[in-house]
This record gives sequence, structure tokens and C-alpha cells, in this order.
Amino acid sequence: MKETNRTPVMHETNGTPVMHETKGAIKKMMIILSKGTLENVYAAFVLANGARMEGIEAEMFFTFFGLEAVHKKKLEHLHIATVGNPAMHMPTMLGGLPGMEALATSMMKKEMEKVDMPEIPEFLDILSASGVKMWACKLAFDMFHYKKEDLYEGVNGIITVGDFYKKSEGEGVHMLFI
Amino acid sequence: MEKTIAGKSITVNEEGYLTDFSQWDEKVGEALASEANIALSPRHWEVLKYLQNEQKNQVALSIRRIGKSGLVDIKEFYQLFPPAPLKTATKIAGIPKPASCI
Repeated sequence: MKETNRTPVMHETNGTPVMHETKGAIKKMMIILSKGTLENVYAAFVLANGARMEGIEAEMFFTFFGLEAVHKKKLEHLHIATVGNPAMHMPTMLGGLPGMEALATSMMKKEMEKVDMPEIPEFLDILSASGVKMWACKLAFDMFHYKKEDLYEGVNGIITVGDFYKKSEGEGVHMLFI
Repeated sequence: MEKTIAGKSITVNEEGYLTDFSQWDEKVGEALASEANIALSPRHWEVLKYLQNEQKNQVALSIRRIGKSGLVDIKEFYQLFPPAPLKTATKIAGIPKPASCI
């Protein structure tokens, strides 16, 4: 089979698989956040920040409910999901009671503070200062009738899926969907 | 493992971090910085001394803590010690690599 420069190919060398393309080093993480539940937003933020800490570039694409993480009025009111989340170990009926999400969220926030996990507004500032590029999905932005001034100041722009793919070109770029 | 740097023999772990801070001096710091392609300015030294002091007081280092230090903000920290500031700066300062995800 013929190789091209662009395609990473696994080779057997002395029985050890070797990955071409900068020896498999990760140069940039493209993280797509499509959900607005607190646990998913935190997962995306920790992964983006962790990349920057390792000297890896990071860009984030906020789409659908993930857009709430960069919506100024909504980002402080994100909740964890108590319904449809088996890891909560809570009966579904109970999780659906009024106030349950708020209670579970405040309990989790206390635990997060103990492990030095910042709240969402502070975390956004850390990401922005660390050089994480943030992009809002144009389609979702239009669908939710958001305005530019609704978005967190650190958002670099409102772009299409095509624009995001264009920004993802290059060797050592990895894409992650949350 | 043993490593000779700035005319001195030091012990480092497999990632190049000093395992015994008593072997560290400013000359070692400068040599480690030049290995990371960083020329140390007085501003770098302020941050390095701060990190060593935090380590001495057994404070767990993280990017968030650095941002709250009142000494340097996160943006400048990345500019001073690119591309992985916490890892790079602690290595130059002769202190252990922080086991932090934030």
C-alpha cells in the first residue's frame, strides 16, 4: 500500500509498532463541547487547560447546549444532571424532584473547591489567559437567537463547522467530542 | 541518574527534575534554563524564588495558584516559561514536578 505524507501509518520495526507523524506527539487538541451539564463542561475545561499546561495548543468549539458554558447569563447557573445519570446512584424519580439538581450541584461544587477546581467564570478566565482559543458554533448561536454581547469576552469568534475543520488542519492535531 | 551541569554533578529523575534540592544553586538554574531555551531575566528569578518558597511551605502548585499569587498572572507565566510553564519553571527551580491537573 502506498503511503502519503498526511496519513499516520503504523509500522512494525523490530516488532515494536511505531507511529509516524511527529512520532505521535500531540501538538494541538480541538475540543468540541456540545453539552451544557456541569460535569461535561468541567471535563472539557480540564482537558483544554491540561493540554496548555503540557505545552499543547488547545481550541474549543462550543455548540448546541455547550454554548451555555460561554453565555454570560447562563454560565454561572449550569447544573449537573441528576436524571438519566446512573453514576449519581440516585433513583430517577428522586432525581426529578424540584431542587434536586441544585442540591446535587452545590454539593459537588463544595467538593470541587476542595480539589482546587475553579468555578466556571474563573475557569474561563484561566483558559483565556492560558491561550485557549474559543469558538462559538454559528448554527447553534443563530438557533438559540443569541447575540454577540451575550457571549463571554474571551470567545474569539462565531464560526461554522467548516471553519473549525480548517483550523484543525496540520500534523499532531487531535479532535475530541464531548 | 547522575548528570553534569554547570560543572557540577547533580542527581535527577527520569524526567530531568532534581531529586535533591540541596544540589541546586543559581548556576544550575541558569544551565537548566538554557537547556529549555530560556534566558533568565530578573523577572524570571522573582517567579523561580516564589516557586521555591511555595515548595518549602509545602503548598501544592497549580496554574490556578500561580494566577492568584499576586506576583505573576497566568498570561505572563506562559510567556516567561514557554511552552509548559509549570513544568518548565519547577524544573529550573530544582523542585519536583507538580502533580496537578489544574
